[in-house]
Amino acid sequence: MEKILQVKDLELSFNTFGGEVKAIRGVNFDLYKGETLAIVGESGSGKSVTTKSIMRLLPESSAEFKNGEILFGGRDLTKLSDKEMQKIRGKDISMIFQDPMTSLNPTMPIGRQITEPLLKHQKISKTEARKVAIDLLRLVGMPKPELRMKQYPHQFSGGQRQRIVIAISLACNPQILIADEPTTALDVTIQAQILELMKDLQKKIDTSIIFITHDLGVVANVADRVAVMYGGKIVEIGTVDEIFYNPQHPYTWGLLSSMPSLDTEDAKLYAIPGTPPDLLDPPKGDAFALRSEYAMKIDMEMDPPFFKISDTHMAATWLLHPDAPQVEPPLSVIERMKKFPGSRYYEGSVN
Amino acid sequence: MARYIGKRIIYMVITLALIATFTFFLMKILPGSPIASADKLSPEQRAVVEARYGLDRPLPVQYFDYMFGLLQGDLGVSINQFKGADVTDVILSRMGPSAQIGFQGMVLGTVLGILLGMVAALRQNTWVDYSSTVVAIIGISIPSFVFASMLQYSLGLKLGWFPVALWKDGFMSSVLPSIALAMFPLATAARFIRTEMIEVLGSDYITLAKAKGASGAEIAFKHAFRNALIPLITVLGPMAVAILTGSLVVEQIFAIPGIGEQFVKSIMVSDFSIIMGTTIFFSVFLILVILIVDILYGIIDPRIRLSGGKG
Repeated sequence: MEKILQVKDLELSFNTFGGEVKAIRGVNFDLYKGETLAIVGESGSGKSVTTKSIMRLLPESSAEFKNGEILFGGRDLTKLSDKEMQKIRGKDISMIFQDPMTSLNPTMPIGRQITEPLLKHQKISKTEARKVAIDLLRLVGMPKPELRMKQYPHQFSGGQRQRIVIAISLACNPQILIADEPTTALDVTIQAQILELMKDLQKKIDTSIIFITHDLGVVANVADRVAVMYGGKIVEIGTVDEIFYNPQHPYTWGLLSSMPSLDTEDAKLYAIPGTPPDLLDPPKGDAFALRSEYAMKIDMEMDPPFFKISDTHMAATWLLHPDAPQVEPPLSVIERMKKFPGSRYYEGSVN
Repeated sequence: MARYIGKRIIYMVITLALIATFTFFLMKILPGSPIASADKLSPEQRAVVEARYGLDRPLPVQYFDYMFGLLQGDLGVSINQFKGADVTDVILSRMGPSAQIGFQGMVLGTVLGILLGMVAALRQNTWVDYSSTVVAIIGISIPSFVFASMLQYSLGLKLGWFPVALWKDGFMSSVLPSIALAMFPLATAARFIRTEMIEVLGSDYITLAKAKGASGAEIAFKHAFRNALIPLITVLGPMAVAILTGSLVVEQIFAIPGIGEQFVKSIMVSDFSIIMGTTIFFSVFLILVILIVDILYGIIDPRIRLSGGKG
């Protein structure tokens, strides 16, 4: 498969009054054409910052690339000037934000907000742009698009506004669409509609999606591959089945155990103890070690490298080292692994 | 919208009637008489003069007579300041210079203030920003008459670019008073726009505009500016008031035959009909400004446009 975006050894810091916050500490991943890559992790894990750094939307005054590169179309996005980035933003890479209630300009008719990227990046007239915008609105399922072009954001509901934001992001048929928790601010039924819409549109326009979320239910629904982030690093990456049914990193175990499921028997829901690391002063070794019941001595001293589990699956934990002792994952995770061919708990086909 | 404005006009008429009533009775409580050297006249002579202006009639009669005239647009005649002249004519002839310096000052101040505030917000925490803050503080804390004297001394007397005072050279005479009047709106607009622009520039829809590929200038002018204007519109009304009352002082200093200068004099000589007329004129002006501001709100912010019908 064709790699459309490569993030290599990316390190980024925020210079604050309190010191240097190491928000991204060596992130590597590839994005393939037409796939949906979900980035999951708790608040402060660096998932939003990673994608904002791809778009270069972080404040230049405080955010600083320390190392690494973001390769897109043969160019390193970390080195482009703001002018060059403006040509990429909204055209090749576009973005959907978390809160549709605040991400549209309240004093501009939505028609103009949709035609803006079209007029900016494509050589078309205003009338043509208007036609495209109406088509886009129809595409995202907005009834009576001609009438609604002249209306302002406050005349739309939250779900409709997110549809408009999606229409804007798709205006120039971007190669990459970054969705930063696009359903978090919506209620559950609307969430489902928006997810369906995004899946539907991806098939139609063949774009790659980076989907940021902390909702594993959403991940299972939309993603082809999943990257789990913790403390400014990716700790495990694999296909959606590998992450859900054969997870290897204790943090992924924690995340999956804390996800309620229909067959959770006891009412008590697991919560990962402790708090995320302070990135002003990141811990030595494995950042998750302090919260992990599986931590070993080496976790406190050395950062684990990536261990390959399959061609598509990698995890950064010392537990995968040949010399590491065998540990038992949490029960709920073992239950999952039983369903995965190739895992050591596989019980064969259930059907 | 039409219904809304109609409703507002009815409120305006009620407000004006109340203002006229209050001013009328307040004036009657004031000591002093509009009749020049009233003390030297014999009671008989005084009665004759008072009768000529209807001042001898009972107060309620005078009041209803005045209000009835007001309804027909008749503000009465000047008693002593412009003996016998129609008050409406007096005000209209005096309005020209005041309107000119007021308008010029307001436009100059608001436009420069907006620019200053925008630049400060876009170059936040740089020397540009800090100097803009200093200008704003100076503009707000130093009263207009101090500016007026400073301008007269520097640009008028020392450099000789503009006439120091009087209203003889048309536009050139209006420059210094306009600048003196502009300082307050300039400082206010700069402060408001800076604060609001910084807030707006941090909002999600600006990030989205950036994500669409908009350039810095497009973001500032197409997206941020209109949203940052809303709070400024709120203070534009009171600012117009400040300009109007501020012009009393500025007109005195520059010896401009404007309405402010004439208003001050009419109070000193207790010319009842001129005081009443000018007060009502000012009130009409202010109420109109407030109405315009409210309509402007709706034009700038579509969210207010819709709810306007309920107000």
